[in-house]
Amino acid sequence: MRIDGKGRIDRTRPLTFAFDGVSYPAYKGDTLASALMANDVRVVGRSFKYHRPRGILTAGSEEPGALVEIMGPANQTPNTRATVQEVFEGLTARSQNRWPSLRWDLLGINDLASPFLSAGFYYKTFMWPRAFWEKIYEPLIRRAAGLGSLSGRHDEGTYEKAYAFCDLLIVGAGPTGLIAALAAGRSGADVILAEDAAEMGGRLLSDEGQIDGAPAQEWLASVLAELALMPNVRLMPRTAVTGAYDDGTYGALERVGLHRRPRPNLPRECFWRITARRTILATGALERPIAFADNDRPGIMMASAMASYLNRYGVSPGRKVTFFANNDSARATARSFVAAGLSVAAIIDSRPDAPDEGDIPVHKGAVVIGTKGRHGLQEITLRTGSGEVRLETDALGMAGGWNPSLHLTCHMNGRPRWSAELAAFVPSPGAVPGLVAAGAANGTFSTHGCLAAGLAAAQEVLTDLGHKAAPVDLPQAENAPYTISPLWAVPGKGRAWLDFANDVTTKDVALSAQEGFSSVEHMKRYTTQGMAPDQGKSSNVAALAVLADATGRGIPETGTTTFRPPFVPVSIAAMGAGARAEGFAPQRFMTSDQASRDRGAPMIEAGLWYRPSYFPKPGETTWREACDREVAMVRNSVGISDVSTLGKIDLQGRDAGRFLDFVYTNTFSTLPVGRVRYGVMLREDGHVLDDGTTARLGENHWLMTTTTAAAGLVMRHLDFVHQAFCADWDVRFISVTEHWAQFAVAGPKARDLLTSALGAAPGLPFMGVRAATIQGVAGRVFRISFSGEEGYEVAVPARYGEALFRDLTARAETMGGGLYGMEALNVLRIEKGFITHAEIHGRTTAFDIGMEKMVSAKKDCIGKAAASRPGMIGAARAQLVGLKPLTDSPLTAGAHLFTQSADVKRETDQGYVTSVGYSPTLASWLALAFLHDGRARHGETIRLVDHLRKVDVLCTVTDPVFHDPMGEKLRA
Amino acid sequence: MRLNCPHCGPRDRREFYYYGAAAYLDRPSPDAPAQAWDDYLHNRDNPAGMTQDLWYHEQGCTAWLKVTRNTVTHEIIAVDAVATPKASGGMA
Amino acid sequence: MPDLIAKPALGAAPLTIAGTTLSENGATQITAIAPYPGSQAALAQALRPLGLTFPAPNQFTEHGDVRLAWSGRDQAFLIGGEAPADLPAAVTDQSDAWVSLQIAGPQARAVLARYVPLDLRAASRGQSLRSALNHLPLLLMVEAPDSYTLMTFRSMARTAWAELHEAMIKVEARLALT
Repeated sequence: MRIDGKGRIDRTRPLTFAFDGVSYPAYKGDTLASALMANDVRVVGRSFKYHRPRGILTAGSEEPGALVEIMGPANQTPNTRATVQEVFEGLTARSQNRWPSLRWDLLGINDLASPFLSAGFYYKTFMWPRAFWEKIYEPLIRRAAGLGSLSGRHDEGTYEKAYAFCDLLIVGAGPTGLIAALAAGRSGADVILAEDAAEMGGRLLSDEGQIDGAPAQEWLASVLAELALMPNVRLMPRTAVTGAYDDGTYGALERVGLHRRPRPNLPRECFWRITARRTILATGALERPIAFADNDRPGIMMASAMASYLNRYGVSPGRKVTFFANNDSARATARSFVAAGLSVAAIIDSRPDAPDEGDIPVHKGAVVIGTKGRHGLQEITLRTGSGEVRLETDALGMAGGWNPSLHLTCHMNGRPRWSAELAAFVPSPGAVPGLVAAGAANGTFSTHGCLAAGLAAAQEVLTDLGHKAAPVDLPQAENAPYTISPLWAVPGKGRAWLDFANDVTTKDVALSAQEGFSSVEHMKRYTTQGMAPDQGKSSNVAALAVLADATGRGIPETGTTTFRPPFVPVSIAAMGAGARAEGFAPQRFMTSDQASRDRGAPMIEAGLWYRPSYFPKPGETTWREACDREVAMVRNSVGISDVSTLGKIDLQGRDAGRFLDFVYTNTFSTLPVGRVRYGVMLREDGHVLDDGTTARLGENHWLMTTTTAAAGLVMRHLDFVHQAFCADWDVRFISVTEHWAQFAVAGPKARDLLTSALGAAPGLPFMGVRAATIQGVAGRVFRISFSGEEGYEVAVPARYGEALFRDLTARAETMGGGLYGMEALNVLRIEKGFITHAEIHGRTTAFDIGMEKMVSAKKDCIGKAAASRPGMIGAARAQLVGLKPLTDSPLTAGAHLFTQSADVKRETDQGYVTSVGYSPTLASWLALAFLHDGRARHGETIRLVDHLRKVDVLCTVTDPVFHDPMGEKLRA
Repeated sequence: MRLNCPHCGPRDRREFYYYGAAAYLDRPSPDAPAQAWDDYLHNRDNPAGMTQDLWYHEQGCTAWLKVTRNTVTHEIIAVDAVATPKASGGMA
Repeated sequence: MPDLIAKPALGAAPLTIAGTTLSENGATQITAIAPYPGSQAALAQALRPLGLTFPAPNQFTEHGDVRLAWSGRDQAFLIGGEAPADLPAAVTDQSDAWVSLQIAGPQARAVLARYVPLDLRAASRGQSLRSALNHLPLLLMVEAPDSYTLMTFRSMARTAWAELHEAMIKVEARLALT
């Protein structure tokens, strides 16, 4: 119910929202939870296992029960905490884990069957017969498991990721964080103040306390106003710091647009990576429940949450409220309720010596032992010194003491320390380097204590950071001592909940101990306690205490499970912001890209590059037709292809030749200026790293070519070899891949085309290079070939790339040639037995590819020692061969090879196929393959089997060079 | 995590490429016995505590770095360029 | 005169969003200068006619419209001028290898914070930093605290532009909230 005159909501701004199809009024400033409470909606969800009706337990991000689905135009967000979701006009929410409706949930039958559904039920039940696992048990469990549901569609919402840096990160904007921010801000430090809630202030928003004799909210307003004007302070409300990582790095999730109607381009959430030199953890403390029979009914909640709802949102969960406490912290809340005109039936205090100020009935030394009310609390039963008492009440506040919110201090393996005095874990100092916990997060619970601790922490940090701390007055505030008498669970009959999200009761924990799962980590996994979306924020310590009791150990001896990131659930969409569709990876475009697309070429991804697959002509209906035509065109006329994606590395210096000798297996220092040589590069372990050609442009000037795929890898490798082994050599190198656009011109008419394009004959021998002026542009011409035909490559600075590509294409077309794409390029090289990374896939040696003679005996090189080790050479190795089917049958890459007589099984495997293609030149399918002792087996018939694609073909083993084996065309 | 690159200063880990143990810098001579090459190529310690490994500042200055760190505490003790300015005679 | 038509890396028209402008810089001469070991003194001498000194890491030096920007280990880019002949260094033409973008305005730093893992709080003219623009390689030069030159590989120009544009739109949408 809404309480007049209370709360910080804006009553001048009424809103309408819908829950389960019913429209309700709310005000700006309401959370979904407070708005539901205002409308007396008590049941907001069903519990995970027993499908028990669940209400609202807390008023913050720790909420275990009130999880709903938010239905947006482009998103369906499950497991949203109603206590965090702010109401905006048109908000549409839906309850979860119920069918057909929240009120009548058929799986509520589980609750009646609860004696059979205790901890370990699944492990014990869904065991036998084994045949039931996949078809019966798994679908059954999957149907029952999980809370919210997904839409099954892409999340079309906008998300964001960002970096931030600061001197001081303050996590939490309660009294501790605020005064620390004020001190640091006034001292000139760069401060980020991150607050999980929508509004800064923490407890000051919920308490009716005073600071310096005035309402605390006045102090809050003045501090926030001052901070807002400081350019060195960044206020980040709605931002939960989710994880602490190495070297002052923190993750944080900001709810940028979730609190309002979706707007175009406004991110829903932003995932921040914050780097801070120092951090003050001022996350406060979470109140904990008390386990007693049927303590999970809607209407039973945290006493501090009731204070928040009344004082911050102006709502009450009931008309006649009660409190169950083991410490004094519920007293002020009870007085707030009385002052607001509500009836407070009683405070049930487990302490026999509990204070009694006479204004509210107090049952000392009493406990709650039972509750009634299926869809909401109606009555509680107490056990007092004078017997059992029944009380009519529709809201019960549990005040079981406080747990410091120390989660972040555990993220780097820190273990919290047990404080018997506070009956709580407190952070271990130094658990996260650079982070200091202060205030309630550090076990100091009074408002005055928090203010003093926040100020002291800031002053300490500022000194560390080299700032002179500016003066800040320490204001006076409530400073009551914290006296608590631990009470985790009320003994008695019935189920007493510990984990409200995952339906774990005190009996489950006791059963776990009884069945031998008595370590805290085992108990957690056996009972699933702490494994729901709230990660046990309100249940871990109590469950541990119950386990300690069941095993007869103390809490410190029992230990604690650790908290891991994230502190609150982080949507995958936020972490993957911007990475959908085209944002998934950078796109690299060649200078010929538009020209290729103009001709209708489908583009395929090669690494990050987009390259034309083939260039369809009118009338061609399949890629094969285009590919066959393009291959024939290169073999008979002339073809043009953009090869700019190959890595190009410019090397200079007196020792550049020596350096090349060291990284290539073969010798380059003897290469004459103006010539090009093919080279093979090994990894130090003897396997082939890459291959390509290197040209000597001048006495001390070289140009290396790498494959497209390995360009980055080779650069990294060269950097390593240079810096690790010969940093003092006179050699420098840099990538020039992006500077040059380079086009292959291949075929019997290549020379004619070059002559026309250059205005003079190219005048180059096979494997020659020279500088050339290409239509007025300074460039280079190479005579190299990856097709087996007479071939040239022409290079110009990239700005001229598109123009030259169009020019060469036009010239080729007048000569009966044209463009060829990646498919044709692949067939051409297979016909010629040229390798790519399909063959040099990281497990092949120079020996395997028939290039062991290229490993120079006269010099050392990277990989040489390993390449000659036993096992890296010899007949036992699979060696590169060609395969030609005996019949006209397609071959498949990935197929395996077997002798004709052998059973087809792993033990008889003779090798595998790496590349295949249909050769229009030879009118046959061709393959490159690795076959055991393959070079000695040319002429043999081998069986090629691909079970996946149902291929079983006999092939002849051949030399890998199918076309022009003597290289006559190449050298023509 | 962040590495304090000797050229670029403290940088986010995503600028770096991790390679492996710094023992990879101690390349045996070409005629070293096979065992020395086996150790160099394949045998690595996996210490709980101090370790040295190689990182490459790929999205940065392209220096290879030798990082001395503690695998238990995650403390980074030193980040040194593999090629010292003296060895490379350069200016970084 | 070249008969071939030169094309810009991107050819994009400037965009102004939230008072912040993203634009493509015109093509200019870029020459990588990588001094050989032990050549400091000779290099300093050779650079004197340009009025430039070889920059320290993370810096550029400038004289008039010509600047020498540190671009990595033992390497700097001479931008906007002709390299003197016979430098004691490897000299490589990089003019066409890069797209150069400019982002300037009150939100420039906020936009960069979406992709660049650099602490730019104390950014000041003369800084030349290697880093990443999301997944792209980046040479970032600080022209002023709210004006940055961003160089990335030419082939990635469209991705760089599209991502910066997207960040600008999101930053603008956030500004509209306050």
